[in-house]
Amino acid sequence: METFSYRQTAGRRSAGTRAQAIVGVVASGNLEVLVERVLPDTECQIDVSTPISGFGKVWEAVVADFVERRSPGGLKLSINDGGARADTVALRLAQAVRLIEEDMK
Amino acid sequence: MTDQKTVTPFQRHTSSWYESSARDRVRLLLDAGSFREFIGPEAREMSPHLDLFDLPKQFDDGIVVGRGMLGGKPLFVAAQEGRFMGGAFGEVHGAKLTGLLRAARDTRPAIPVLILFDTGGVRLQEANAGELSISEIMRALVEARTAGAKVVGLIGGRSGCYGGGGLIAGTCSALAVSEHGRIAVSGPEVIETNRGIEEFDSKDKSLVWRTMGGRNRRLIGGADAFVDDTIEAFRAAALLLIERAPAFDLDMLKAEQARLTERLQRFGDCADAVDIWAREGIADARSVPGLSTEAFTAIADKAREPRYDAR
Repeated sequence: METFSYRQTAGRRSAGTRAQAIVGVVASGNLEVLVERVLPDTECQIDVSTPISGFGKVWEAVVADFVERRSPGGLKLSINDGGARADTVALRLAQAVRLIEEDMK
Repeated sequence: MTDQKTVTPFQRHTSSWYESSARDRVRLLLDAGSFREFIGPEAREMSPHLDLFDLPKQFDDGIVVGRGMLGGKPLFVAAQEGRFMGGAFGEVHGAKLTGLLRAARDTRPAIPVLILFDTGGVRLQEANAGELSISEIMRALVEARTAGAKVVGLIGGRSGCYGGGGLIAGTCSALAVSEHGRIAVSGPEVIETNRGIEEFDSKDKSLVWRTMGGRNRRLIGGADAFVDDTIEAFRAAALLLIERAPAFDLDMLKAEQARLTERLQRFGDCADAVDIWAREGIADARSVPGLSTEAFTAIADKAREPRYDAR
């Protein structure tokens, strides 16, 4: 099992008031993303746990692209990977942020 | 973890049970916004065994447990995620269900429990811990029923309800199953491996479905309702079965024992489910797998086995 932790600066605080959200499932070619609003407004952290080793560079690139596009300030995203492709990872990260940005009813 | 989204009747009617995740099933099944999860994914209560095999873990260990409302009344609910390791019972997964059933046992006045099965059985990597959890769950389930809680199983997921899950289902107060739901202990491949292809050809999907599938389980009295593959159909069945499930007492157990004894006498020599349906008096038994839900339900409600209240 390979693990990575990326701590980055985000341009702005993520919208919404939800404290947490979860998307995806740990299955072949899939992953789950747990997102929690636990960090200062301009920081974000992405923790990855994957059984597929040797793809650190790809994870780094996907995460950098995600932070630039979504600006997930204040969010900690924790990933359990089941061997997902980079595009699936990007999709799930976007879904997770979209979900936590929904306002509570 | 709580959910905040509203749920419309349209969503319940159009969402496939089979295609939905465990979390979506719970969210759409219960009254909107009523679910409160126990030991949610943020608690990170994960399997202590999978690291040894270098296998990925899931934050909720493949099961969602909590409390919510159905039709305005409180209940406990557990939902297995059939896509994570086939919904299999590991140590933590099993402990979460055991704990929920013990909560039901200790809650006064008694409130029902829904178990949304979606499982291939015990997680082989956690063999002993998983097997033990099956026993603990069955004991807790019977204790909850003894204390007055009705425990209703809903089965229609991609992993079916196999192995220890099939045993647990057998201890429930009532079961609802869809076309996609399969209920058994040994799966098709297991039977073929142990007893030979003459006994059971696991490649013969028609054989598998007419033996373990929802229709046969309904016709031989193993399931109490046959439903369409929608959230709404399972919701209606859950409400109905909570209302109708029999009390758990000695008279019911004796009636169930008598039913099973008689069933064995009536059908023990049948080689195929179609023979059972024909002997049950169903005209054109071969057409059963192709019938619409309405037509099938009409036949099942008239058949002899399902009419017993006992389980």
